[in-house]
Amino acid sequence: MKTIAKTGNEAMAYAMKQINPDVVAAYPITPATEIVQIFSNYVADGEVDTEFVAVESEHSALSACVGASIAGGRVMTSTSSQGLALMHEILYIAAGNRLPIVIALVNRSLSAPINIHCDHSDTMGSREAGWMQLYCANSQEAYDSLIIALKVAEQTAVPAIVSTDAFIISHAMERLEVLEDEEVQRFIGEYKPRFSALDLENPKTFGPLDLQDYFFEHKRAQIDDFSKVLGTYNKVAQEYAELSGRYYPALEEYKTDDADVAIFTAGSTADTAKEVVDGLREQGRKVGLVRMRMWRPLPVEEIKAALGKFKAVAVMDRSDTMADFGGPVFLETRGILYDAKKKPLLTDYVYGLGGRNIDISDILRVYDEIEQVAKQGKIDKLITYLGVRGEE
Amino acid sequence: MSMKFDKPMTWQELPAGCLIDERATSLHFKTGDWRSMRPLWDAEKCIHCLFCWITCPDTAITVQDGKMTGIDYDYCKGCGICAVICPPKASAIDMVREEK
Repeated sequence: MKTIAKTGNEAMAYAMKQINPDVVAAYPITPATEIVQIFSNYVADGEVDTEFVAVESEHSALSACVGASIAGGRVMTSTSSQGLALMHEILYIAAGNRLPIVIALVNRSLSAPINIHCDHSDTMGSREAGWMQLYCANSQEAYDSLIIALKVAEQTAVPAIVSTDAFIISHAMERLEVLEDEEVQRFIGEYKPRFSALDLENPKTFGPLDLQDYFFEHKRAQIDDFSKVLGTYNKVAQEYAELSGRYYPALEEYKTDDADVAIFTAGSTADTAKEVVDGLREQGRKVGLVRMRMWRPLPVEEIKAALGKFKAVAVMDRSDTMADFGGPVFLETRGILYDAKKKPLLTDYVYGLGGRNIDISDILRVYDEIEQVAKQGKIDKLITYLGVRGEE
Repeated sequence: MSMKFDKPMTWQELPAGCLIDERATSLHFKTGDWRSMRPLWDAEKCIHCLFCWITCPDTAITVQDGKMTGIDYDYCKGCGICAVICPPKASAIDMVREEK
């Protein structure tokens, strides 16, 4: 194990190099450009055996990935924001055909107005496509999660998105530990595709028309397999912990044992919030943090158990649903807790859209307010747009 | 999916991802089963001008050695173009209501 300094993008590219996929098809988009730019250097320098396909759009990039995956290859790509939106149609095709493609993604806002900075509106808009979604808090985790996600994807035949926060993680240099190339190869193992379009001895039909008589059955089977991803993930994450010493649960709890209140959040904000929790704990305040790492499939029982212990929880959403009822994490969390025996008072903080900074003072304010909610036993304001001018 | 089974399969029995273990399965896919009108061809009246053959939007008019031999109901959608284009003096094709 060696220690190196890398940005989130460099860490993702490095993991891709060690995975050494058969095919990478990609179109560059800020802020994920560097991932494939660095990776294309590895290809040019002969450090990987990958066939790199430079295409003219993200729609084509994922289409080429689908073709390569049906041919039986281990396939990866990278994108962000509008790029993921342009892949939207093909996301469903990859998932429906059970192709374990992995996307190294950088979370960025969706236009308009045009903006290149972080929020989670891109992946939240793809929640229903049938892809596993992992949200990382730093470069180390981005590196580790890409390797874990690939193995889970191949074992479950469910494609995966591993994401970092634009610029906050993608372009910030951090210290991280990396495995040796052989260790990564041994961990992921040789890829044995379920089928290959290049197997001329056993011709098959891929992606046929499927009408009223069988479409529903195929979708039901896909949903069932999707629900098994969490179990496989838990097993693979455990194996990875044995190899690396780093364990990443689907849902992370930080100093929650005796906490009265907690923040429920994802991505880089979780690491900022941990600093705040440490500071408040020193003052004797009973605060904790629950971090969502896997968001698809939704770890329903885990969220119910984790959040059920608190008097009050502040959900932090880095995107909105336009439902006039808060962000996607808030809506789904409320849904999960509806039939929980013990449930906390739940408020939503929509924050950081388009890369708006979220700092320690913002998170302190959230803890102050959520403690107040717990104390008075009722919610004054259900949804707060945090850090936006014109809002109290 | 065009494969025919003895009885309909449940979702637990299906191969994942709608994968079909053979090729050219579109050949099994008969697209003429949603017709509401059916063309009836009268071999006696037919003058074998083949206007119906050339204007059929599918390939439902069967022809052998330059002569019309009939209509392939597995693919005919019942659009009626053949009946309209058939020369009035011959009037060899009639459209009738499709009945089971």
